[in-house]
Amino acid sequence: MLGLTKTDARLYLIVIGMLVFAPFLLNPFPETSGLAQFNAGYPDLMQKLVIFGIFAVGYNILFGLTGYLSFGHAAFLGIGSFAGVWVMKLLTMNVIPALIIAMLVAGVFALVIGFVSLRRSGIYFSILTLAFAQMCYSLAYSVLTPITGGETGLTLSLDDPRILGVSQTESGNIPVPHLFGLDMASATTIDVGAWNFTFSAGYYFAALIMAFAFYFSIRLFRSPFGLMLRAIKSNQTRMSYTGLNPRPYTLAAFVISGMYAGLAGGLMVAMDPLAGSERMLWTASGEVVLMTILGGAGTLIGPILGAGVIAYLESIISTIGSTVLYNWFSGLPDGIANVLVNVIYPFVGSGWHLTLGLVFMLVVIFLPGGIVEGGKRIGGLFRRRQDKTSATTTAEPGE
Amino acid sequence: MEAIILQVLNGLDKGSAYALIALGLTLIFGTLGVVNFAHGALFMLGAFIAVTLRRVLNLSFETIDETRTDFLGNPMAVDTPYVEYWFGPEMGSAIIDWSVPIAVLLAIPIMALIGVAMERGLIKHFYKRPHADQILVTFGLAIVLQEIIKAFYGANPIPTPAPQAFVGSFDFGALIGFDPFTIMYPYWRLVYFAFSMVIIGAVFAFLRFTTFGMVVRAGMADRETVGLLGIDIDRRFVIMFAIAAIVAGLAGVMYTPILSPNYHIGMEFLVLSFVVVVVGGMGSLPGAVAAGFLLGILQSFASMSQIIEIIPGINQVIIYLVAVIVLLTRPRGLMGRKGVMEE
Repeated sequence: MLGLTKTDARLYLIVIGMLVFAPFLLNPFPETSGLAQFNAGYPDLMQKLVIFGIFAVGYNILFGLTGYLSFGHAAFLGIGSFAGVWVMKLLTMNVIPALIIAMLVAGVFALVIGFVSLRRSGIYFSILTLAFAQMCYSLAYSVLTPITGGETGLTLSLDDPRILGVSQTESGNIPVPHLFGLDMASATTIDVGAWNFTFSAGYYFAALIMAFAFYFSIRLFRSPFGLMLRAIKSNQTRMSYTGLNPRPYTLAAFVISGMYAGLAGGLMVAMDPLAGSERMLWTASGEVVLMTILGGAGTLIGPILGAGVIAYLESIISTIGSTVLYNWFSGLPDGIANVLVNVIYPFVGSGWHLTLGLVFMLVVIFLPGGIVEGGKRIGGLFRRRQDKTSATTTAEPGE
Repeated sequence: MEAIILQVLNGLDKGSAYALIALGLTLIFGTLGVVNFAHGALFMLGAFIAVTLRRVLNLSFETIDETRTDFLGNPMAVDTPYVEYWFGPEMGSAIIDWSVPIAVLLAIPIMALIGVAMERGLIKHFYKRPHADQILVTFGLAIVLQEIIKAFYGANPIPTPAPQAFVGSFDFGALIGFDPFTIMYPYWRLVYFAFSMVIIGAVFAFLRFTTFGMVVRAGMADRETVGLLGIDIDRRFVIMFAIAAIVAGLAGVMYTPILSPNYHIGMEFLVLSFVVVVVGGMGSLPGAVAAGFLLGILQSFASMSQIIEIIPGINQVIIYLVAVIVLLTRPRGLMGRKGVMEE
């Protein structure tokens, strides 16, 4: 199917299924139950999950395949966001041109930064990308304020000269992002008993882009180009000895992953037209590294899982306050409830970064292959047990 | 001329901080071969040791002072710190006043302990793993440490002043024959610079003149051979790590009067110190120190209003720009040696 092998096609169909049915899958708890706050089926969060999924899938093309640890990819995300907002300010509120321009601009920046950074490898490469990203962030935050909005961020305003379209709607509002007239923020809600399922145009548009992005990533993984990138990861020196110059391949991977990041940035502003320079901070780059590692770097599905888990945890855990905790433990005796709340409280709410850091460390220490490897190990346990039982019942023929 | 001298002086304190952190980083690079992204967090922990000590010294109990009354005529409640009660009012307030220098004494054992715990608990298991894994796990540790500090101390900067004796500025201009009051330089920055010189000198002397230092230098040059000679390299690694932690911690303690510490001060310095290490050349101690001062001074020159007028924003990017140029022209850094951290 679509030029994919059978296993890849199955994986792709699973991802498509997850994307299509996400409003149901992420809404397992009825509204009336106490667990409703764990529901993730609202448009904002679903869009975030998908956008970070695209970002991580792109990052995986560089880090997972080539092994180059870039600590500056958030810069491309930020550049994509700024480019997207400017297209909306100057050209049209249709999201398609914004996305295309965001990708292209991020790609150009990635070409320049990659061309310079890829002259070095290993830790030097990480630090060079980090330096470039910090440079972009500092400039966006200070000197480039006319272009980037500086501290306040870049937003649409009522007097934007929009060439294709109007500066203001008839009611005097800023027009909303749309896809050929389809409002990105529009959503329909279906009530089924105690469940509310929200279907938003913005989410399905992002999911469609994700489907394309993931398809491209699978094809790239299975292509001779992907194989070349793997070869670079395993032994670059040997590559050079065989007469191949690895630089063009790594540069192409860098630019492609930068364009993915730009696309993710463009999608962010397509959903919510504002961009801030804090999106480019190097800790934000660290987050996408974490997503890729957590899911499983170098695997197809890993980055999507990792991005989903992190974005979900961030949104859900950071909303748990002490009152919520007290509600949970209200059935327990006061003393025990207090102790439990005091133990858990530092890890939730505003302290969720602590949880993030701990997860990061635990994954790197115990599960370098991420969720995908974890799943394989668990699967392996069951399989071995089955093998054992089968071995005891059936006699193996002698060699 | 005055302006140039002033900018050089202004760059010294930042440069000292960069040099001290970069010194520890490059020690760990060179000997242990570990890329420690949590090194900035050690700087931050040092700063918060000073903050904590000041808080502890300020712990007080409330007494009713009958001799003084508020505007309603009631006797006033007065807070007396325990130290003033124990050591007498004058001695007590002097101890509180001198909390930052006193914190240095406290920081040495605490940072050594933290360093040993970190090496034994975490870093030890990562000697054989790829650099990417080391970066990632220590990056995670840095996040955890700074979040713990944030949970206890909040997100706002906490002012931790220098002792009264060092408040004010030193008239540097008059000393070297310029008009008085043209080159003023805060006393504490001078102290910081002198302190960093002492620490850097001590680390160099330790490596130069002790047997331990000789082995460590040998290990930086050729780790395998030193191991083959039957030297217990493990124990030395722990000590090296502890020393690096102490240096970073002390840099943090003494920096608190210059910049009120907050929970992400470590991350800010970390990125810059990595750049410093790379510019200086990985694994080169003199390189790290020289590059630290060089970049600190360059940064203060770039912050001059005349320069900003010509090239806006240069003060924000000068360090990164220098790093990029150095790395592209001299890939091993200014004083880097062959074969360190090169895959």
